[in-house]
Amino acid sequence: MSEVAEKEVKAPKEPLFSKKNKKLLTDPLNDDNPITVQVLGICSALAITVQLQQAIIMAVSVIVVLIGGNLTISLMRNTIPSRIRIIVQLVVVASLVILVDQILKAYVYDISKALSVFVGLIITNCIIMGRFEAFAMGNKPWPSILDAIGNGAGYGAILVIVAIVREIFGSGAISFPGMGQIKFLPEAVYEAGYMNNNLMILPPMALVTVGIIIWVQRSKNPELIED
Amino acid sequence: MKALEQLMEKMKPNKDAKFPLAYWVWDGTYTFLFTPGHVTKKGVHVRDAVDLKRTMFTVIIALLPALLFGIWNTGHQHYLALGEFTALNEGFMDKVIFGLIKVLPLVVVSYGVGLGIEFIFCSINKHPIQEGFLVSGMLIPLCMPVEVPLWMVAVATAFAVVIGKEVFGGTGMNILNPALTARAFLFFAYPTKMSGNAVWVSTDVDQGQQVVDSFSGATALGNLAETVGKPVGDAANDSILAMFSTDGMYSLYNSFMGFIPGSVGETSAVAILIGAAILLITGIGSWRIMLSMLLGGLAMGYIFNAFAVNDFMTLDPIHQIMLGGFMFGMVFMATDPVSAAQTNKGKWIYGFLAGFLAIMIRVFNPAYPEGVMMAILFMNVMAPTIDHFVVQSNINKRMKRAKVATA
Repeated sequence: MSEVAEKEVKAPKEPLFSKKNKKLLTDPLNDDNPITVQVLGICSALAITVQLQQAIIMAVSVIVVLIGGNLTISLMRNTIPSRIRIIVQLVVVASLVILVDQILKAYVYDISKALSVFVGLIITNCIIMGRFEAFAMGNKPWPSILDAIGNGAGYGAILVIVAIVREIFGSGAISFPGMGQIKFLPEAVYEAGYMNNNLMILPPMALVTVGIIIWVQRSKNPELIED
Repeated sequence: MKALEQLMEKMKPNKDAKFPLAYWVWDGTYTFLFTPGHVTKKGVHVRDAVDLKRTMFTVIIALLPALLFGIWNTGHQHYLALGEFTALNEGFMDKVIFGLIKVLPLVVVSYGVGLGIEFIFCSINKHPIQEGFLVSGMLIPLCMPVEVPLWMVAVATAFAVVIGKEVFGGTGMNILNPALTARAFLFFAYPTKMSGNAVWVSTDVDQGQQVVDSFSGATALGNLAETVGKPVGDAANDSILAMFSTDGMYSLYNSFMGFIPGSVGETSAVAILIGAAILLITGIGSWRIMLSMLLGGLAMGYIFNAFAVNDFMTLDPIHQIMLGGFMFGMVFMATDPVSAAQTNKGKWIYGFLAGFLAIMIRVFNPAYPEGVMMAILFMNVMAPTIDHFVVQSNINKRMKRAKVATA
């Protein structure tokens, strides 16, 4: 009893960005990345990384849903009966995703159409349920928000890297939300015999690109290598 | 020879350098030229002279007929398109020289890029250079259309060696056949340069020359793919089917001898069968895979004959397997000892399904006339599963026997 009481007294003294909290933010970016290390949320990473603008919108959507969800779950964590916690989590994430979907449809309709079913599928994104279960259910709101930002950003970072590689080699262009696709390769390059790589547009190459990122990451950090 | 060996010994670089690229390049060249000086240290062992290097070399020798024929045929098809030297026995030297100009760069690029990457990986991982790429480097140019740009061959080779082989641990560890990986990469990445009718025959012309009017440039399978979707006997197919009759361009004789457009090494069944004989006599290629793949292809051909929904299906099965890369895939690609099934029973299943699927893909999906590549790659992926079930069934059988004996 005394131990629990002690912890609860100590907690409020912790500064907003203590070392532990900073770790929540930075760990998922590299050593505990949701995609390359935990290998979660792979299917959306394969499906919507053809263009950078889609990847950015998707990453932002996931971050928003994750922050909102983690915060809500964390606030309710002591009142959720553990037997029906998955249903409660689903309700929370579903309502947030519907919100995001409606906002996307209202303001960036083209991209929302291109993302098609994958916005709805954020509900089933393993990263989100994983963070609810593994973190928000057992932590206070502020660390939960940091954890959400960290994991969302880690997911987004890989999405953006894969999308940049795929768009440059697959379409010879780069696109940002609101600016459309910018072709930066001059015509002379194509006339000299260069061609866009169609395989880059197909999903298998996203898998290969993610694989190469994992390869590079693990060769830089041998601690991540399993036998 | 002695002088060369001494010279090599003198040039031996330091093995313990931080980045021992020089040492492993030297080691690779040395063992390539002379027998490696390894001796068994303990006990009595019988050592077979056939090691990895000699195996690879036998395959290269088996590939030579297809390569040489491919070089001549490249020139032959080119001059046919121009309407010059149309008879087979005319302009032999012109055709060979033209073919050499076209084919040799493909071979050089493939070997240069592939071996370069292998050398770099060997020095990073600090192990001797393995000879695995010797065969892949020859297979890659042989399964390419002659007009494929050289930089694409370089990119495909790099992809095949790095993603197809080195990520799995190098020679002997790859799941997929590296040469087919390179081809599949190009097929999906740059479809306009790997299919259609502009890449199979070189139509470079000098001043004053021009391509004859009737020239089409499509392969036999490309033509046949156009008959799919129309009923049997449709008048639109008549001109295509005429090309496959006894005096047409793709007659059984021409397809068997290889006087037709196609990838560099795949057209001539005769040249490939000479290679097959070399592989079978030396025991390097698996006769089980070759035979079962042949049977699989014929079986599918006869099944299609029985249904005969379109004109592609009515094609004689013997003729069917002479076209495209079926023979080449059967002899050189499917028999790759690393990516094929390992058990004897598994080899039968593996080969039969590869042949069966190859003809099926070819006829059912006109967008992929080269079904052989897909079929073999697919079976490469399935091979470990096949082996697993074969081994398991054997274990179960013996377990049962053991139980009966003890009971």
